[in-house]
Amino acid sequence: MTRVLSRTGLLLGLPVVLLVTWWFASAGSKSFYQPPLETIIKVFPDTWTGARFKSDVFPSLIRLFIGYSLAVLLGITLGVLIGANRRLRALVEPLLEFLRAIPPPVLVPILILIAGIGNPTKVLVIVIGGVWPVLLNTVEGVRGVDEVLSDTCRSYRIGGWLRLRTFILRAASPQIVVGARQALSISIIMMVIGELLGATNGLGYTVVEFQRGFQIPEMWSGVFVLGLLGVLLSLAFTLVERRVLNWYHGARAAERSGH
Amino acid sequence: MTTSPLTLRRAGDSPALLGLLGIVGFGALLEILPRVGVLKEEYFPPTSKIIAALIDELGRGGFWQAVIGTVSTWLIGLSIAVVAGIVLGIVIGSVPALRLATASTIEFLRPIPSVALLPLAIVLFSAPIRSILLLVVYASFWQVLIQVLHGVTDVDPVARETAASYRLNRWRQARYLVWPTTLPYAMTGIRLAASVALVLTITGELLIGGTKGIGEEIAVAQSSIAVPSMYALIVVSGLIGLIANLATRRAERLVLAWHPSVRRELPL
Repeated sequence: MTRVLSRTGLLLGLPVVLLVTWWFASAGSKSFYQPPLETIIKVFPDTWTGARFKSDVFPSLIRLFIGYSLAVLLGITLGVLIGANRRLRALVEPLLEFLRAIPPPVLVPILILIAGIGNPTKVLVIVIGGVWPVLLNTVEGVRGVDEVLSDTCRSYRIGGWLRLRTFILRAASPQIVVGARQALSISIIMMVIGELLGATNGLGYTVVEFQRGFQIPEMWSGVFVLGLLGVLLSLAFTLVERRVLNWYHGARAAERSGH
Repeated sequence: MTTSPLTLRRAGDSPALLGLLGIVGFGALLEILPRVGVLKEEYFPPTSKIIAALIDELGRGGFWQAVIGTVSTWLIGLSIAVVAGIVLGIVIGSVPALRLATASTIEFLRPIPSVALLPLAIVLFSAPIRSILLLVVYASFWQVLIQVLHGVTDVDPVARETAASYRLNRWRQARYLVWPTTLPYAMTGIRLAASVALVLTITGELLIGGTKGIGEEIAVAQSSIAVPSMYALIVVSGLIGLIANLATRRAERLVLAWHPSVRRELPL
């Protein structure tokens, strides 16, 4: 019992202390840009209503979902192709190294120029940012597959789709998941940037509108929502990862205890 | 998958040559496609025009000021993040109670997307450079901190017991036991932080403006619809990124020259 108590204490202690400090430190704040925490929390329910969710939050989330899924699919597909083919890899590696080094947000103005500020652009912005970590990690993962397993597959004449699904993707999955996790946080950032630079709705757009309209407590609440979104999605990712890579963590643990 | 020596030795098959071919081919494709009308020339200027715009840029004083601006903002932000990340990482990592107490807070703060802080940064600081630095430091700090935290706990138990039997004091333990274990992790963190910091620097310049930098140059080119210059500046941002990546990898090898992971590799 005391152990559970001390654990929850450790888990919640610092966050509670920080929030309480913030609450009291900002309580009498007259500064326009740093409103009291109380005010921010008070405006929260009025700002993030059902209607707001429908008009701004859901469109953002849908674009994020589509963009992120496309980025992961595209990254894995290209990554398997490039990773499995030594010559193709040599051909595109320096090019990829350069393209990857371009900060994705600088491509947003070009995309807006080409495709306007509609939904396709905003999804494309997310894909362009998210595809790199998945692609590069998949290449590394496919490259690093076990040689013996590869030869075993060949002796058993396991080829084509079966080989891809049960061997290549399986073997590369720990790396792919690492890439997919990086891609998730980049996708959220790209979602916001896409909406900051040109949009008529969405989470990022709303928060910037608050800032431009000097609705400062509302703006703070918007930053909370964005932060919360990041935290919740990363939590969801961890849960999915645990399921997908259950076999891998199990094998690693067995290896370690076997020493 | 298997690379038999026979296939490796075939003529015209050297990776460097193929890589060069890839880049030249990509450039040629972007030259031809707009010229024959597959891509709209207005939006996709052919490679030759981008290169011409790039040469124009290179001769402009403002361009070099922008490059210097971007690089210095990047270096300042990165240095703050690295020093803060290493110091806090070592302090938090070596005190188990502190580590437990901060774990949930770190797990919560880390995934907050840095651009979410952008409106905050704009209203909190009147100087744009500070707003940009806030984004840069916030985004890159976690990369270093998390790596250092991993590193500090990775100290080899035998080495720890050896240090204890030799009665090394706290300072010496930190210097000869914890630091060498942490350094490779810290270098990985710095490498990740360097590229994140550069992305956020240029993004901040693009979105906030008001400081000399490549990001702002791109915004200016965008508003005057100077498409080839936009592409040229994007190429420049990629080149800066590439140089930054190579430099941090280089630095990592230099700093870790003593480390088995580097020593084991064949000299390139």
